[in-house]
Amino acid sequence: MVHQHEHEQAQQQNKLKLYSYWRSSCSCRIRMALNLKSLEYQYIPVNLLKGEQFSPEFQKLNPIGYVPVLVDGDVVISDSFAIFMYLEEKYPQIPLFPSDIAKKALNIQAANIVCSSIQPLQNATVLKYIEAKVGPDERIPWAKFHIEKGFEALEKLLKDRAGRYATGDEVSMADVFLAPQLHYGTKRFNVDMAKFPLLTRLNGAYSELSEFRKAMPENQPDAPLA
Amino acid sequence: MAAKDDPKLVLYSYWQSSCSWRVRLALNLKGISYEYKAVNLLKGEQFTPEFEKLNPLHFVPVLVDGDVVISDSYAILMYLEEKYPQRPLLPSNPQHKALNLQVASIVSSSIQPLHMLSTLKYLEEKVGPQEQLLFAETNVEKGFHALEKLLKDIVGKYATGDEVHMADVFMAPQIAMATKRFKIDMSKFPSLSRIYESLKALPEFLESSPEEQPDAVM
Repeated sequence: MVHQHEHEQAQQQNKLKLYSYWRSSCSCRIRMALNLKSLEYQYIPVNLLKGEQFSPEFQKLNPIGYVPVLVDGDVVISDSFAIFMYLEEKYPQIPLFPSDIAKKALNIQAANIVCSSIQPLQNATVLKYIEAKVGPDERIPWAKFHIEKGFEALEKLLKDRAGRYATGDEVSMADVFLAPQLHYGTKRFNVDMAKFPLLTRLNGAYSELSEFRKAMPENQPDAPLA
Repeated sequence: MAAKDDPKLVLYSYWQSSCSWRVRLALNLKGISYEYKAVNLLKGEQFTPEFEKLNPLHFVPVLVDGDVVISDSYAILMYLEEKYPQRPLLPSNPQHKALNLQVASIVSSSIQPLHMLSTLKYLEEKVGPQEQLLFAETNVEKGFHALEKLLKDIVGKYATGDEVHMADVFMAPQIAMATKRFKIDMSKFPSLSRIYESLKALPEFLESSPEEQPDAVM
């Protein structure tokens, strides 16, 4: 008979592992997805400020040094989009895609507006560059410009398609990618949310979901104490 | 199966758009014929009422498949993979499939947005023409270093082995653009160079190139 401790160890080893940084919005997406799918996981913090992404152990998992990274037994996956698609395929029990293929495409398009048109143009690296080349006063206007441009696109894209959530009445991929972006950028960069009534409503809906709340940066084990 | 001269797919594209190029390449690889509809971005045709109805975000490419209208190259490619599974662009092995999606993300999120015209135009107002070019080149190189690291142990004839997959579809236009527009020194990226040489030899790649499109201006 297996001892309780060994049994727990085995359970731990079989658990998904997520390498994450509390503040990374890309990591937040996956934390949300895992919570929505009721998948337990071991949270392994990677302190980006301290350069832990350059440690030999982490480099072996992801030579590019980005979070999030998901480890599922032998499989190691980096990049929030790739991880999301993997989870959808491997753990289909609580689907985060609508079954209608056109609606699925809409979700990917919305997610991609966040991934490609917003996040990379206002992440820490770009803002550091803008601060260095233009000046510290340009940081916020630069970020605000790109976030608002992306939000305008999302507002237009989703206004006739949204239900209780972004693309209908069920939480789906678009929500998972949108929520961290809404949470992260809006206050910090003086984004004028009055221009985005749909996104404002969605943000309200997200704040009522425990799966989303639990995934938020301030609720992570590696978040600094308030 | 539809006759070759009666395609039911319509692709709205601009010859120089690398995002449109990805979709043209994928359609060719899958052997899917389509009607090409040019949208002249320089002349502002993306702002016409007709195009606005298809894509209120005014971007190309847009795919129309009967009643279904899809924008965004990543969304279009995933749609094509599901609706037209012949000649799959994603391997079935989960690890390799994920790697292909990761490469696609690196190109579409970490490289292309940082050198696309709208970004550079806005940046140029702030930092001037020399600096914006340097910004573009630096970010392309940074992305290429990342891809080189990621692929060096798995690269075969193509990015993730000996068959053309999604990673190649995203990388081919990106590398072409890097060499032509930004004069990136590809000798620093031996795996990427090798992949690019293999892709350049494919008729599907050549036929999808900007210069071969109906709206190309030479």
